[in-house]
Amino acid sequence: MTKIQDLLKKRILILDGAMGTMIQRHKFSEEDYRGERFKDWKQPLQGNNDLLSITQPEAIKEIHALYFEAGADIAETNTFSSTTIAMEDYGMEDLVYDLNYQSAKIAREVADEFTAKNPDKPRFVAGSIGPTNRTASMSPDVNDPGYRAVTFDGLRVAYKQQTEALLDGGADILLVETVFDTLNAKAALFAIQEVNEERNINTPIMVSGTITDASGRTLSGQTAEAFLVSISHIPMLSVGFNCALGANQLTPHLEVLAKNAEFNVSAHPNAGLPNAFGEYDESPEQMAAQIKEFLDKKLINIIGGCCGTTPEHIKAIADMAAEYQPRVV
Amino acid sequence: MSNQNEKRFLKLSGLEPMIVNENMNFINVGERTNVAGSKRFLRLVKEEKFDEALDVARHQVEGGAQIIDINMDDGLIDGKEAMVRYLNLLMAEPDIARVPIMIDSSKWEIIEAGLQVVQGKCVVNSISLKEGKEKFVRDAKLIKRYGAAVIVMAFDDVGQADNYDRRIEIAERSYRILVDEVNFAPEDIIFDLNIFPVATGMDEHKLNAIDFIEATRWVRENLPHCSVSGGVSNVSFSFRGNNPVREAMHSVFLYHAIKAGMNMGIVNPTMLEVYDDIPKDLLERVEDVVLNRREDATERLLDFAETVKGDGKKQTGPDLSWREDELQDRITRALVKGIDQFIVEDVEEARLTKDRPIQVIEDNLMTGMNVVGDLFGEGKMFLPQVVKSARVMKKAVAYLLPFIEAEKSGKQEAAGKILMATVKGDVHDIGKNIVSVVLACNNYEIVDLGVMVPPEKIIETAIQENVDAIGLSGLITPSLDEMVYIAKEMKRKNFEIPLLIGGATTSKAHTAVKIDPEYNGSVVHVNDASRAVTVVGDLLKEETKEKYISDLKSDYDAFRIQFLKRTKKKDYLTLENARKNKYQIDWETSPIITPKKLGIQVIENQDLRELVEFIDWTPFFRSWDLHGKYPAILTDEVVGEQATELFADAKEMLNQLLDEKWLTAKAIFGLFEANTLENDDDIEITYDGDKKAIFRTLRQQLKKHAGKPNFALSDYIAPKASGKKDYMGAFCVTTGFGTEIKAKEFQDNLDDYNSIMIKALADRLAEAYAEFLHKRVRLQDWGYAANEGLSNEELIKETYKGIRPAPGYPACPDHLEKLTIWEVLQVKERIGVELTESIAMWPASSVSGYYFGNEEARYFGLGKIKNDQVKDFADRKDIELSLAEKWLSPNIASN
Repeated sequence: MTKIQDLLKKRILILDGAMGTMIQRHKFSEEDYRGERFKDWKQPLQGNNDLLSITQPEAIKEIHALYFEAGADIAETNTFSSTTIAMEDYGMEDLVYDLNYQSAKIAREVADEFTAKNPDKPRFVAGSIGPTNRTASMSPDVNDPGYRAVTFDGLRVAYKQQTEALLDGGADILLVETVFDTLNAKAALFAIQEVNEERNINTPIMVSGTITDASGRTLSGQTAEAFLVSISHIPMLSVGFNCALGANQLTPHLEVLAKNAEFNVSAHPNAGLPNAFGEYDESPEQMAAQIKEFLDKKLINIIGGCCGTTPEHIKAIADMAAEYQPRVV
Repeated sequence: MSNQNEKRFLKLSGLEPMIVNENMNFINVGERTNVAGSKRFLRLVKEEKFDEALDVARHQVEGGAQIIDINMDDGLIDGKEAMVRYLNLLMAEPDIARVPIMIDSSKWEIIEAGLQVVQGKCVVNSISLKEGKEKFVRDAKLIKRYGAAVIVMAFDDVGQADNYDRRIEIAERSYRILVDEVNFAPEDIIFDLNIFPVATGMDEHKLNAIDFIEATRWVRENLPHCSVSGGVSNVSFSFRGNNPVREAMHSVFLYHAIKAGMNMGIVNPTMLEVYDDIPKDLLERVEDVVLNRREDATERLLDFAETVKGDGKKQTGPDLSWREDELQDRITRALVKGIDQFIVEDVEEARLTKDRPIQVIEDNLMTGMNVVGDLFGEGKMFLPQVVKSARVMKKAVAYLLPFIEAEKSGKQEAAGKILMATVKGDVHDIGKNIVSVVLACNNYEIVDLGVMVPPEKIIETAIQENVDAIGLSGLITPSLDEMVYIAKEMKRKNFEIPLLIGGATTSKAHTAVKIDPEYNGSVVHVNDASRAVTVVGDLLKEETKEKYISDLKSDYDAFRIQFLKRTKKKDYLTLENARKNKYQIDWETSPIITPKKLGIQVIENQDLRELVEFIDWTPFFRSWDLHGKYPAILTDEVVGEQATELFADAKEMLNQLLDEKWLTAKAIFGLFEANTLENDDDIEITYDGDKKAIFRTLRQQLKKHAGKPNFALSDYIAPKASGKKDYMGAFCVTTGFGTEIKAKEFQDNLDDYNSIMIKALADRLAEAYAEFLHKRVRLQDWGYAANEGLSNEELIKETYKGIRPAPGYPACPDHLEKLTIWEVLQVKERIGVELTESIAMWPASSVSGYYFGNEEARYFGLGKIKNDQVKDFADRKDIELSLAEKWLSPNIASN
């Protein structure tokens, strides 16, 4: 058993907060995104946050460091969109290996620095595997509900490339996150199993779904429990939910997981719901107060933040979580 | 993490989870979506009628199937492609996709293709050691990686297990390989231990059932956590044609197999007798066979089977032996079979035995109607039969009424009082009448306000009569708004009673999104007469009411949220850009045929006999809730018998109607010079000399795949700027004059069956007339297709050139355009067909529309349009924006 499984029996582990929110603070320009290497790239690159791991590595390292300082045990790599499918928007399909490798590498470096400083609190790097911008079980064309913009095999191949590069760069966990379509996630999990088998390793896998609204279902229509059943064939390190909702709306769905899952349970909610301007304005204290309910009910083993959360939020959450016992698996 | 001694349960999922724990006694797998098992499904898939193929799945789920088995193994179809296409479409239907899928194929590539398109946890059906261990292990590993459960057939390289020892030998070997070598979760293993027929007359088959049952017991006791399944109907194979015996055999077999641990299987619920209801002598003989309790068990059952055969199917003349039965049995039979011949004498006999005539209704007739209700509820009777039962019931009650009134014993207590109405402006009432009859059969008192009922009258009557629920029906799109309006009025008047919504244009989506939020009480969409009884029962019964109503509200809330979210994701073009992407016909080369005869013509007294061959019968069956395509429906395994009977009745009435000239058919049509105007969407025509009129068409605005145009009907007419003179037509046909009188005559005679029948036939004749006239115009009056020689079947498939879209239908959903047709053709003045305030045609059995003759003209659906087009449309038509919004509202995309 590796270290993280042992730690999870003792305490609640802290996942870091939002990457995008922190990147926004830098107000990077098109030129900043391009850097030297891509100054003549044919397409606009502003907004391609994953690319910053290559063009602005210091900024990304600083963000990881701020989260570790705030108390995070696990950093997520800056690779949410680093698949050939999602990078098509920028014409950067061929750079996918680099993007994942670099992002994992810099997160690894920062994590190792912090572990060296305080060996009692080892830090981990979770390779972030996002949903891509396509859905395998829904049609984008209302006139043709049988149409699919992406196939299972297309996703499997893309996820396999991403997984290999993340592991090569030094990720020690893989986090399949913001799952809005369970079939996309199943393709990612299939790919990870292939890599595990080929390399004869057993990388811990975290899966985190997204309940998109008050209907209590994923975008592809599954209830929380159906989502859990659909992916339980994988020996996961943890299963949980992130994004879309604030902490208080997430409670009933986490209760379903806590009751039924044979795995650790994770949550990284948004800092509330976006206001009319698309900003998240829940303060660290407000968010921590809501997360207290998860802790009181012993629902979780891993907690962190998604959209709108900052190191201040993570610190508030980490301080509180330290007072509580983890859910018993 | 798991404990060896702890019980582990098979968990599957569709959109919702299914946990097979001890509380789930038996999981019923629906198998009508199997091309190998259902001829109908095979035909639908072959003909790519996927909508109907989806209905097969939906029916099964509604009928209680907890998993649906899908099989596309047929030499004549591309199984892999069909599996993927069907599953993809199925995933878009939340009411079906909520249950787990069983992917059934003997080909690995089809199984894998299926696993790749389903998000939930499926069952693979099946793998076995038949082709050796290596393939077995390889397939099992992949199934595990895809995250599915698996059915393992008791089959190995030696052959199929056909006795107790072989069954357990193969099961154990398969289990050990899966659990120990593949590391397959044991709870994800389901054994199919092969159900084979018994009582075949061959000695070696005697143990088939008992061996299965005992092997099941062994497997469940010795191979922890796994499940056992099987196809039950095999066991009774030798009694094909004798349903009473087969049904008894299935129940007996299941009764014992479930006790032994069988927890899943394929069972046709309509082929199942209740174990306790099997007559004792039959039960004994069936159990002797299934459990192999006597040497001569088979012979004894065969002899006995002869005596229970009598379903009356094979006799030639009517079998009247039932007239010898007990009085109650005779009454029940008359009701169940819809025989009204003897009901008055039977009721009279019953009356003489009772203290009070009302007791005949309360005891004898209700006993019979309860049987009808139960059979209908279980799917063992179909709608036309129930309507016939009602006819018998009404006759019986009518006979008793004078006695009851003479005695002044008061009325029998009804289960509830329901107001039914077709809303203002709408004239279609076949569906409403069917629902009324079905409810009346189930002891509800119906206050039927008929058609074109103004909202004030609905509200007023509901208060006066103190009804328990209101049912609204409508077929044309403006009726949707009427329903919203009535819901608002009900809220304003503080109503709390349930509101039922039904009719062809209504939908759960519209009900949830537009009607439900306007009313505090419960609102239910009921589009299927067979559901009406349960829904009303649940709504009104004290015990169920509260929970049902709150479940309903939250179901509709959830549905609404889901729906609104879904609609948000669509992309639309501005009207300007949609016009730029219009369908381009090359007017330089496209042939334009000048009509042989321009102007307007009237046809009085069309001979209806000429229309008969043009009838499309499929919708006729649909109006009776019998689904399937004509003529295959006549031999359909589920509804075939009923469909055949209904068709015979229809033919009989049709002949009578033709002989006795019940109906008068009239038509008017005109062919005109036409050009599309500069704005791309308006068509200007010239009529009556130099008068001008403009048809305003609507253009698709949904963003299409590259290369796909945004259609409007105007694209099929040459633009003025092209300098070409083009043509179009308009028409109205009716076969409705006379329908109402005849329908009322039947109704006054307490004969709802024929009252509904005449309306359904008149509707079919009107459609046939439209088809007939279109053909005449193509061949003769316009003459652009003078060489065409199409069979009726080809007509229905619309293989001819040119189209006849109708205002209010998908290509041009705007009903307002009918006003222009009426103005140009002077329809009302010349043939008497009127428009109601909702612009529905009266008489109801009428069809109107346009003719487009260009060879590239095709039907399309407008879909949703945006506000810019609504505004533009209002400006073009010079009407208030609010008026345009009102009429187009079902087609306006929400922002």
